[in-house]
Amino acid sequence: MTEFLMIFRETDLHYKGMPKEKYDAWMQDWEQWIGGIAAQGRLASGGRLAPEGKVLKPGGLVTDGPFAEVKEMLGGYLLVKADTLDEAVTMSHGCPVLQTGGSVEIRPQLPPMNR
Amino acid sequence: MNSASPDIPALYRKEFTKMVAVLARTFGFANIALAEDLVSDTFMAATEAWQRKGPPQQPEAWLYAAAKKKALEYLRRDKTFKEKIRPHLSLEQPLQQIDFSEHAIQDSQLRMLFAVCDPAIAAEAQIALALRVLCGFTIDEIAHAFLTNKEAVNKRLFRAKERLRLTGLDMDLHAGQQLTHRLDNVLHIIYLLFNEGYASTRADSILRKDLCLEAMRLGLLLTQNASTAVPKTFALLALMCFHASRFSAREGIDGSQILFDRQDRTKWDQALIAKGEDFLQRSAQGHEVSSFHMEAAIARCHCLISDEAERWQKVLGLYDRLLMVNYSPSVALNRTYALYKVKGSEVALAEALKLQLLHNHHYFVLLAELYAHTDKSKAKEYLLKAHAMTSSPSDRQLIEEKIKSLAD
Repeated sequence: MTEFLMIFRETDLHYKGMPKEKYDAWMQDWEQWIGGIAAQGRLASGGRLAPEGKVLKPGGLVTDGPFAEVKEMLGGYLLVKADTLDEAVTMSHGCPVLQTGGSVEIRPQLPPMNR
Repeated sequence: MNSASPDIPALYRKEFTKMVAVLARTFGFANIALAEDLVSDTFMAATEAWQRKGPPQQPEAWLYAAAKKKALEYLRRDKTFKEKIRPHLSLEQPLQQIDFSEHAIQDSQLRMLFAVCDPAIAAEAQIALALRVLCGFTIDEIAHAFLTNKEAVNKRLFRAKERLRLTGLDMDLHAGQQLTHRLDNVLHIIYLLFNEGYASTRADSILRKDLCLEAMRLGLLLTQNASTAVPKTFALLALMCFHASRFSAREGIDGSQILFDRQDRTKWDQALIAKGEDFLQRSAQGHEVSSFHMEAAIARCHCLISDEAERWQKVLGLYDRLLMVNYSPSVALNRTYALYKVKGSEVALAEALKLQLLHNHHYFVLLAELYAHTDKSKAKEYLLKAHAMTSSPSDRQLIEEKIKSLAD
């Protein structure tokens, strides 16, 4: 089995203005969706990302996020186990980020470099 | 005054493990077998002497004094010990001070628990050894609990002790990496021991209850030492209390198991539930959220939230989080059942079909439950499959009942 990285991108910080009830329900959807993957024993690891952060550029230039160049904010990631890329894509269906216009990018992890 | 002859079996049950722990600490835990032999000799001597001269006024003190004497004699006399074992022992206390005070007994038992729960020994053997030298179970009782025979248990214990002799170490009970590491295994073994009693369908109910009580007692032992009285220890204790509170409610008159939904809630042990709450609160210090924390929280929901919709919603969230840190097939099945209770059979069925736990008979019971709403013949097919896969009589009985109720 290969590990695949799922990267969740949000269109904007839409959840900031979300009413609490709606936000809670959305979070519950996340929990259940990830729980479903974990229940198959396919979850390797994952995490949520805070909207703010820093960016380091060449020459030691540090700027604050959010990051204007990125149209879609990186909201979180999961590392999942699947046999094929297609299977990993199938797993991504139902991801709550899709409900709010975001996207899931799925990338296979390559084996360590062999020199 | 105790004029009647003392109840030696009861004394044995109560004092054997204490005395073995103290002596094993003296000789080093690699020499548990030697400690056991000396204590057994002491009890034999007691039986004989008390028959001859009448029982002493304080049988415990008599036993401690006799054991001490035997140990010292052994130390003076035994050449092998002097030449081979003694030089390798790094003793904290000089051999002459064999201490049977309450504090020393407790401390020795705690050290023994850490010595026995050595991951170099197979988990089943760790449990058997703990039952023997820490809980005072007889070989027969252990054999009965594991549905095996005396010879197999003896073999298992022998191998475990051999292993300890080769690798066993006397743990430093002050906080440190080694302790933290080993504590995880100690907690795991206590958890397995409890489950053996709680979930096993193998032994009779009195023995199973005993296993649970012993697991809880060992858990409490850990709360007596600052470096082992940590949040996850309390979480495990909370978990055990919540489960144990339903012990008498789940037992039918004929010894059969009563499922959760049909239990008489007034029979739940409220004192144990309160104790569980107390432990859970103490487990909330610090940042660590172990799987015991989440399992305890789930067990708490079942004990305390009577509104079904609210209960299952909470339980589902907890199972999801538990799976994220610690996957196991049984948690995956329980999670899917909770999903069914919250979102209905259609959603749950779609998720269940992805699990593919084809070697687990509980999986087919769950599928049958989910199909029962739409496709009774398929449900029956799965129940028959599950029935053929298990040899547990009580599981079989439950499955037969489900098949019958499908036809209604």
